[in-house]
Amino acid sequence: MPPSPPSTHTGSTPGRPRGQGLRALWTIRAPISPRSYWALAGLGLLLPLAAWTLLASFGAINKVFLPGPLDVLVRLGHWWSEDDLAGDIGISVYRVVAGWALSALIALPLGLYIGTFRSVQALLEPLTDFIRYMPAVAFIPLVMLWIGIDERSKVAIIFIGTFFQMVLMVAEDMRRVPTAQIEAAQTMGATRGEILEKVILASAKPALLDTLRITMGWAWTYLVVAELVAANSGLGYAIVKAQRFLQTDKIFAGILLIGAIGLAIDQAFRLVHRLAFPWLHARSGL
Amino acid sequence: MSTAALVQCRSVGKIFGGGRGQVTALENVSLDVAEGEFVTIVGASGCGKSTLLRAIGGLETHSSGDILVEGRAVQGPGSDRAMVFQNYSLYPWLSVADNIRFTRCLSAHTRDRTSSSVEAALGRAEALIRLMGLSHVREAHPNQLSGGMQQRVAIARALLSRPRILLMDEPFGALDAQTREVMHDLILHVSELERSTVIFVTHDVEEAIYLGKRVVLMAPRPGRIDSVYEVPLPAHRSQEMKQDPIFLRLRTQILDRIRETAGMKTDLDLLRKLSGAAAGTLG
Repeated sequence: MPPSPPSTHTGSTPGRPRGQGLRALWTIRAPISPRSYWALAGLGLLLPLAAWTLLASFGAINKVFLPGPLDVLVRLGHWWSEDDLAGDIGISVYRVVAGWALSALIALPLGLYIGTFRSVQALLEPLTDFIRYMPAVAFIPLVMLWIGIDERSKVAIIFIGTFFQMVLMVAEDMRRVPTAQIEAAQTMGATRGEILEKVILASAKPALLDTLRITMGWAWTYLVVAELVAANSGLGYAIVKAQRFLQTDKIFAGILLIGAIGLAIDQAFRLVHRLAFPWLHARSGL
Repeated sequence: MSTAALVQCRSVGKIFGGGRGQVTALENVSLDVAEGEFVTIVGASGCGKSTLLRAIGGLETHSSGDILVEGRAVQGPGSDRAMVFQNYSLYPWLSVADNIRFTRCLSAHTRDRTSSSVEAALGRAEALIRLMGLSHVREAHPNQLSGGMQQRVAIARALLSRPRILLMDEPFGALDAQTREVMHDLILHVSELERSTVIFVTHDVEEAIYLGKRVVLMAPRPGRIDSVYEVPLPAHRSQEMKQDPIFLRLRTQILDRIRETAGMKTDLDLLRKLSGAAAGTLG
């Protein structure tokens, strides 16, 4: 059998394929060009939107069940001009950020100690594991009883939903600091305090920022629950109220708005990550 | 000056765990290392060579016996016994130069700081950067460097505060063979210049002979010193010596002994018997 000419092997070159055709997109873990990335990301967002528009415009489904994108936009406009949308966004952002920040304020030092000292871990981790399985919603009556129905109770619900997960994640971030980094500092004569500050904390910083980013997302998921507590403002409250009047378009608007705010915050965190830890994002050029 | 060795291990024992899961990692280990000596420790895995090194470094406690450094019992880690690890010991958020200068930001080194000592230390950092061939990457971060370059940084950092002893725990174990040879000559050159005392743990017999003035062979179950070999080569080593009959003979001798202590000889015998039996049933 004669050896087949190389031209019959088009597209199956061994090694990394050059970005052409579908094959490049289906190579396991292969990088894709920025153009392909953004095209696909846009497609991923636009396709559901198109499907939604089509589905709603056929008129086969009652608007009470599925309002179209245009209905939602119109509702958003009304909400803005007549119902103080800006105020709802403001108060909701405040509640989420306050609950999340409060939990970070306590979780960061506590997690540092749980992740660093086995004694503190033994004392607190089983307890935290126990509490974090309790549903935050079920705490509403207790929170109302103990704290009341003012702003603090909404912040408290978000805190309860976020804090216990956050502590465990922070502790895990600290535990992931390579032992060799710590031991190297010990053999250089570092004190315990210096190792905590200059090695463990410094080393865990990028992971900690990621933990803060992820738990911020969780804090937002507790917003609707928190605004069940005798609220009269906020995005979560608006959604619950719209449910009572069967304003499906407003429910859609509220949900999409929360998603958009979350996406924006997430991107902001990623930007801070790139700016604060340039060495993690630097290309190797040496 | 006293003639006592810089490092003295006297019947050191170490037991991990308790009850039935108890493991004797070290048993009756006695070893002296003189000032300026380069000692390598080899042995099959589980022979306790790393445990011994870490006990000298104070990173591990020992259950019995004494470990003395400059006549004083070791109590925890200290800057007189710097350690170089196999990997992951550099600080990825610091540049190469800042990694090497890390010791300078610790209170142990700033307590009695005068302007001239700061100047001396900065001068030393610069000298080490040049000596280790790191000048062109001084502002780079560790994750931008190859494994070999990273280990150069780790060695420079360990040497910065002039430790009495340099403890090296398989520092070149993750490097490729070519890089390792370069690193061998580098560490020999540096330890000659600095007149360092080095205790070097490795599983690579050739590395152990090439670097060591003495090779300590440890055996597993329980971890103990099996034998000690003086390397009969000139103090100043060069790569050609690896072809020297003396070198090759010593290598065979040590390798054979490691196999014996690890029970590999008997495994081979067992394998031969088994294959013989299998052949018997087949035939």
